[in-house]
Amino acid sequence: MGKPNTITINGHEFEFEPHQTILDVARRNSIDIPTLCHLKHTTPTGACRMCVVEVEGARSLLVACATPAATGMVIYTESPTVIETRRMLLELLLSSGNHNCAICQTSGDDWTQFQLRVQQEEDTTELCPVWGDCQLQDLAFRYQATGAKFPATPTRYPMETVNPFIVRDFSRCIQCGRCVQACTEVQVNNAISFGYRGSRAKIIAAGDRPYRDSDCVFCGECVQVCPTGALVEKDTRYQSRPWEEQKVRTTCTYCGVGCQLYLHVNDNKIVKVSGVPDMPPNYGSLCVKGRFGYDFVNSSHRLQTPLIRENGSLREASWEEALDLVANRLGQIKSEYGSDSIGVLTSARISNEENYLANKFTRAVLKTNSIDHCARL
Amino acid sequence: MTNTIGEIEKTDVILITGSNTTENHPVISSFVKRAVSFGDTKLVVVDPRRITISDFADFWLRQNLGTDVAWINGMIHVIIKENLQDQSFIDQRTQGYEELKQTAEKYTPEYVEEITGIPAQSLIEAARLYATAKAGSILYCMGITQHTHGTDNVKSLANLAMLCGHLGIEGGGVNPLRGQNNVQGACDMGGLPNVYSGYQAVTDEGARKKMETAWGVTDLPDKIGLKVTEMIPKAHSGDVKAMYIIGENPLVSDPDLNHAEASIKNLDFLVVQDIFLTETAQLADVVLPAKCFAEKEGTFSNTERRVQRVRAAVDAPGQVKEDWEIICEIASRMGYPMSYENSEAIMAEISQVTPSYGGINYARIEQQGLHWPCPNEEHPGTPILHVDLFTSGKGTFHAIDFAPPAEAADDDYPLYLTTGRVLYQYHTGSMTMKSEGLNDRSPESFVEISFQDAGKYGLEDGTMVDVTSRRGSITARVKVSTKAVPGTVFIPFHYAQSAANKLTNAALDPISGIPELKVCAVKLSKAA
Ligand code: SF4
Ligand code: SF4
Ligand code: SF4
Ligand code: FES
Repeated sequence: MGKPNTITINGHEFEFEPHQTILDVARRNSIDIPTLCHLKHTTPTGACRMCVVEVEGARSLLVACATPAATGMVIYTESPTVIETRRMLLELLLSSGNHNCAICQTSGDDWTQFQLRVQQEEDTTELCPVWGDCQLQDLAFRYQATGAKFPATPTRYPMETVNPFIVRDFSRCIQCGRCVQACTEVQVNNAISFGYRGSRAKIIAAGDRPYRDSDCVFCGECVQVCPTGALVEKDTRYQSRPWEEQKVRTTCTYCGVGCQLYLHVNDNKIVKVSGVPDMPPNYGSLCVKGRFGYDFVNSSHRLQTPLIRENGSLREASWEEALDLVANRLGQIKSEYGSDSIGVLTSARISNEENYLANKFTRAVLKTNSIDHCARL
Repeated sequence: MTNTIGEIEKTDVILITGSNTTENHPVISSFVKRAVSFGDTKLVVVDPRRITISDFADFWLRQNLGTDVAWINGMIHVIIKENLQDQSFIDQRTQGYEELKQTAEKYTPEYVEEITGIPAQSLIEAARLYATAKAGSILYCMGITQHTHGTDNVKSLANLAMLCGHLGIEGGGVNPLRGQNNVQGACDMGGLPNVYSGYQAVTDEGARKKMETAWGVTDLPDKIGLKVTEMIPKAHSGDVKAMYIIGENPLVSDPDLNHAEASIKNLDFLVVQDIFLTETAQLADVVLPAKCFAEKEGTFSNTERRVQRVRAAVDAPGQVKEDWEIICEIASRMGYPMSYENSEAIMAEISQVTPSYGGINYARIEQQGLHWPCPNEEHPGTPILHVDLFTSGKGTFHAIDFAPPAEAADDDYPLYLTTGRVLYQYHTGSMTMKSEGLNDRSPESFVEISFQDAGKYGLEDGTMVDVTSRRGSITARVKVSTKAVPGTVFIPFHYAQSAANKLTNAALDPISGIPELKVCAVKLSKAA
């Protein structure tokens, strides 16, 4: 037995705290154990076995995400058996469905035929929509796994595209269950679960119905945690590739929770929104408005120039003209009827800085305290 | 909020009232649902509709509309009678307890049941649950405030929390959930008729002198200004001649819209500054186009008082300007030169004149926002309010009696109407209705009605119905739902076509000036 509360990973000793798993200890010490199904703050399911490690004295490999650290454990995270097991697991995953990200060579038919079949199913000639942003692809590359080792098993279930926000592509689902964890343990919307058994396994919503006919509220938490291209934002799919995007962190513009989010920008256009992980107040979660309600920014209905009313209707005007008019008329009314004949409504939609200036302008320039906003409504 | 969002997950009992949390604050609702589903937290929901969050509750108490003071006093009655109050908290930190006790005396569970419809036994058990918890958190929203007795409702909730010592501790608090992203900030920054930024009263000479020096002016007005709900009638009577409306759309959000529209039209001069040509902007004399959140730098303060950064991600269309630039331009043209290098420079001025924001600057909130009060740059921020002292020393109990809402159902208008929001739309819809996806999920207004009432009035799911109140009439589609309780219907207020606010009552709470959007009387008839 070694020192109490100490384990050895790859020849180095590390202390641990009660209830920590092997994965927790490894991560805290920057040792990279790959995971697919593990989702922080939820109950470990051990579904994917990607995190297997070798523990001296144990009869088989153990899953790091669900095995508590115990004093004296001696652990190897990249031993030959571990690497071989992970490669085989990946080969199995890659052989089923449409993992056409070019790391996948199929066995029976050749790549061309495989790709043709996928193209037909997907109605596009492009490679997987999350190419370059897929944890399965990353791991396949890391362990040099392809789909050629095992007979290809095509997809049983057609893609679901009938809701406005999320495409469910069962051909790329690896049954890791992260979406189910996210929906039931993070957002607690309880909309999806594992359905059917064995090779027919499928993630189902409400007795196998489309999302839109289930309890799903389109928070998109499942999309954010899906490690593959099985769940993708409909508007982003094939419209933007991750390496073309810049991420800008900001605060949601809708309700008062103030969720922290990333606006993914491609060519001066918001193409996607994701939650900022591990940061208060929302720790990566968003709701349907915050995640999918960004179309207004780029709407053709946006006002683009000042407008002035003339003969009963509004016409375009220059800033000079509009601002002069506003300043003159407010000035006139103030001197003619007094400061209290003017009221200002500032806004719960604009920034603190802008509200402060609205307050300063009303009191210091208009010389009235009649300023309010519609928050009570 | 007196406490933080994160604490919701760690508290023993959560009492939610007047908040349809899963639809209006979805991410906060997840904290509640996790606490209840995976922790030991108990949940009490008091709401007139069987909203989704009540599926997670240990108790769902259904009060008649506008009877909140009665059930809260009832709980207070039970707690005092069973001696479950936190006496040391009361003795050390509060005043006015005797008066509260006297007022609560008559609110026996049976009397409360008569008024509210909440079964006496449920009230007793829920009261015990909240009172005996180590920490209990109250979450509320507009279902509490949008009443003629809204201020009373809020004070009553504070009474309940103080009585049990559930203030100033982790997991406790009286926590209003703010509906709009920066309501908190608009209030903090002086977007109110009675205070400068940081709630410094305009009637306080010291505060006035300070702002005069900071702003380089003299004669700042010392009279409290008009609230929005006063400006509109004064526009109608001609006392208010001009309005400058920034980013608001009162022509959908205001009560008694027919009257509001006539009032706005009566103005001599209306300036509207917004990102879209809203219903209100269409009536303006001058419309000024502004940048939206994705195009500007600045800060928002969320419902837990956390000041967080907003950052520009895309270029704005056309010639639009930031709201602050526009304000500066108008001020300068009116003879008061105003200019700033950027929003950060404005924040520097804010922190100088606003004690509670004294320690806030962009460098400090780059990664993670800070909770005000944050008086200086060394201060870590204040996640929990009232830990040692209330802002005004001792916490005051307010003995409050129940009074009914301004309008009651009668033979002519036999049903109660309450209004609110739905998940997929937001406020007056000027942003969410630009999204096909959101419209697909929630395309139009509806009248939510119980199975019983549907049967009684011969209405089926999907039929069109005229809803009429003393102020107006709209047509909307019937949605028969288990969320509704017989005698009360619900309509979301987002939709300008069939706007619920054509029906609502503009009767105001005398103190807050908030209209009674949550209760009025209506009748239904099949649309022709
Ligand atoms: S949809 Fe994605 S997250 Fe869900 S089981 Fe399949 S691969 Fe995993
Ligand atoms: S979008 Fe949200 S509610 Fe719908 S299945 Fe995914 S996690 Fe569940
Ligand atoms: S993502 Fe949803 S819950 Fe979060 S701030 Fe935005 S609107 Fe509110
Ligand atoms: S990550 Fe451990 S079993 Fe999947």
